[in-house]
Amino acid sequence: MQGWIDSLIAAGEFGKNPPRDLVYAAFIFVLSAVVFLGVAFPFAGIVSWVERRVWARIQSRVGPNRVGPNGSLQWLADGAKHVLKEDIIPDEADARLFKLAPYVVVLGFVLPWAVMPFSSALILANLNVGVLYFTAITALTVVGVLMAGWASDNKWSLIGGIRSAAQIISYEIPAGMSIFPVVLITGTLSMQGIIRAQEWEPYHWFLFANPFCFVAAIVLYISALAEGNRTPFDLPEAESELVAGFATEYSGMRYLLFFFAEWGNMFIAGALITTLYLGGWQAPRLSSSPVVMNVLQLLSFNVKVLFLVFTSMWVRATLPRVRIDQMMSLCWKFFVPIAFIDMIGTAVWVAIWPEGNRIAGYVMFALGVAIAVLFIQRVMYYLRRSRMEMYLHPTI
Amino acid sequence: MSDTVEPTLRTEEMTLNMGPQHPSTHGVLRFVIRADGEVMREAVPDVGYLHRSIEKIAEKVGYHGFMPYTDRVDYVCAMFTNQGWGMACEKLAGIQVPRRGEYCRVISTEFNRIASHLLTVGLMGMDIGAMTPFLHALREREMINDLIEELCGARLTFNYMRIGGVAWDLPPGWREKALAYLDHLDPILAEYNALFSYNKICIQRLANVAPISAEEAINYNLVGPNLRACGVKWDVRKDMPYSAYADFEFDVPIGQGQWGTIGDSMDRYMMRIYEMKESAKILRQALTRMPDGPVLAKVVRNFRPPAGECQVRVESARGDQGWYVVSDGSGYPWRVHVRTGSFAAMGIIQKLSRGLMIADLVVLIASLDVIAPEIDR
Amino acid sequence: MEPLQIYERLKGRFGERVLETIEKKPDPFAVVDSAALLEICRYLREDPELAMDCLSNETGADYKDHVEVVYHLFSYSHRHGAVLKIKLPREEPRVATVESIWKSANWMEREIFDLLGVNFEGHSDLRRILMPEDWPGHPLRKDFVEPQEYHGISTVRESPIVRMDQQKDQHKKK
Repeated sequence: MQGWIDSLIAAGEFGKNPPRDLVYAAFIFVLSAVVFLGVAFPFAGIVSWVERRVWARIQSRVGPNRVGPNGSLQWLADGAKHVLKEDIIPDEADARLFKLAPYVVVLGFVLPWAVMPFSSALILANLNVGVLYFTAITALTVVGVLMAGWASDNKWSLIGGIRSAAQIISYEIPAGMSIFPVVLITGTLSMQGIIRAQEWEPYHWFLFANPFCFVAAIVLYISALAEGNRTPFDLPEAESELVAGFATEYSGMRYLLFFFAEWGNMFIAGALITTLYLGGWQAPRLSSSPVVMNVLQLLSFNVKVLFLVFTSMWVRATLPRVRIDQMMSLCWKFFVPIAFIDMIGTAVWVAIWPEGNRIAGYVMFALGVAIAVLFIQRVMYYLRRSRMEMYLHPTI
Repeated sequence: MSDTVEPTLRTEEMTLNMGPQHPSTHGVLRFVIRADGEVMREAVPDVGYLHRSIEKIAEKVGYHGFMPYTDRVDYVCAMFTNQGWGMACEKLAGIQVPRRGEYCRVISTEFNRIASHLLTVGLMGMDIGAMTPFLHALREREMINDLIEELCGARLTFNYMRIGGVAWDLPPGWREKALAYLDHLDPILAEYNALFSYNKICIQRLANVAPISAEEAINYNLVGPNLRACGVKWDVRKDMPYSAYADFEFDVPIGQGQWGTIGDSMDRYMMRIYEMKESAKILRQALTRMPDGPVLAKVVRNFRPPAGECQVRVESARGDQGWYVVSDGSGYPWRVHVRTGSFAAMGIIQKLSRGLMIADLVVLIASLDVIAPEIDR
Repeated sequence: MEPLQIYERLKGRFGERVLETIEKKPDPFAVVDSAALLEICRYLREDPELAMDCLSNETGADYKDHVEVVYHLFSYSHRHGAVLKIKLPREEPRVATVESIWKSANWMEREIFDLLGVNFEGHSDLRRILMPEDWPGHPLRKDFVEPQEYHGISTVRESPIVRMDQQKDQHKKK
């Protein structure tokens, strides 16, 4: 990438003697805008439509199917509606903080896209502390949510904001500790470095590298759900108790920005787990052309992340919500000790087998496949027992 | 939550208003909550938002004319209120309902009981955040609504019963459809339990929340599934049989506290699931053994029961409703009063709410199955 | 036990404070002296053979010359019930509360206070329950006249048909 820009400068595309740093900065700015506006926001919008269709099928109804083919333009209609709404700011609310809060939350969701490893060549900023950057930035949402809760001048919003702050801060601990096993194995914090250390075959993913990593991946997934305010941890926006929690007083586009952050968060949390445990963009070497390989890698990455996003929607439609004290005790009494054990266990494992243990990989993979098969069998059993008529047409 | 604070830290209680419009109070109810953070000191209920003076209207519209108004006393299980009013007038005037009419009454009320309980368990799911069980329960309820619509023309406020029996007989083919629905219902209940009731998070949210002891329940006049969940084996259908219930065999489930304490929210919630199964039993027996004959006794247009008063108890989905009717010999009742299960349940909420968390208040209201029109009438 | 037997026991115990026992069908009731109500209720609750542990319904009715409060009592252990009534003067109806005996009386007495104006002495929280706090009058009384307006909202509504006809006449005049 840098070489290509250098050749452009040498060919005189930017005038006589342009300051290099300025040209680099301009390119990065344009590319970031493309990624953020062209990929992050539309993704968040489209995922809102997908989520509603997925929920609808789970709840034996249809979901949006009027606007556009199968309702696929519903998110545009929603966006337009929200933009056209009256912008209401409560009288007693702190207007500056009130207006600023959604942007801080969106910042927490948009900035990690800079380190998303879409393929071996497609990464906006190949930081060698990518994972650390990621964890740090996603914690910005706490500030935004607290600001929203406080500035709304509404006791229910305040309760929602405080619950959310407590939740996100608490679940940072198991999330951070679940990242450690992978860092211990690879010795690097760089996203691309971690992916390169894995291979495309599932039994060489870090998910199956050792039993501690398996558990750590699950803990990371659950903590990611909690950080993103998704059910079963969506107390801050608990509809049935607090109307909309910290976002109660918001209307129009400000309201939608909070939910953009939530939907987009699903993707970046899924991307983190994919990078660390599911082999990232690793794809089978089917061709020697770099372009084809990059496309395959992009596909591989997206399939894995979208599967995790789908699972996140699935879980949201199924499970009820935990209470705040149960959620805290779950985090501190359950997940934190487990994450600790994973960390120490992986450290011991790496000390014993510094090059990794292939056999453990195969065994864990077999175990994972067995669990998946059992799960499918349970589902078939319940389907048979309830004798429900199933309509499998995906687009009705 | 301890009450000890550092001398320099000044804390205050919050007064919150869980207002009349709220996604999870069942109807228009208002609670003024004094809370210390998440834990409540007290939740004072404020009712009366749905008061329509139905009891005074009865004095103006007469006996026959009051039947549609009884639907609105509890629109979720309207058949029971219809039956209560019908039975009270029949008791005053000494009218005997024909056998087939009694069976029609039992069938329609038991279907309504299943529909009402489906709504309750679905709403419990919705209130604690699980959206899917709500829609699954409503899907089953829609099928019952379709059946009842075929029977009497309305999905919610039925006005199906009359003084002396029911308005219309079962339509042809209805019995087969009803039996087919009952066959469909049993595995659905098992699936619902597996999806929601036995889910670890649901049990965690519901078990040990606001347990009520049997003495307290009787003292506060809790009725219906709420009372049975506390361990008191009382069902008006079994212990003071009315209508055709003496002909049927069914159990009366009581709470045993297997997930927590006896009389906690989980017991109250599971009561409804068990009762649905019992209602299905009654329905199968009633549908297969229906006698022939008329469904409506001959009652004169200007109905004037002799002067007197009576009390009638009907086991509605929310508990036993007590209908107290005073007649002065004219064509208009002198006084009508219906004491509903939800009214009594509201009386206990203020006491139970001390020390609960706000999230538990929602669970408490949902498990007591309070419905606003019944409280306010 | 049959209700009539229960009333006989009460008469035997309290004598002339049980004013009359009406054997009317369909539901017999006993009228008692309002001053002795608390004592009688306590006896009904504590006597082991009567054991009326539940106040199943408490309501009131407005008759032409007096106001009545009706108590439907029930025993879960013996599965029998009784009906007590007291008669109160219309101008200043007041009676002792039975809240100390049965907690369910709390809300039911608030409702009777709200709708009929009966004052329950000793009640912990006697305020209106169904009507707004500043509503004038007691709606279930037979002589209750609805106020013409409440906080500026008119409660008298003219028929829309009359209004339409008036508007048509106005147009015709023009």
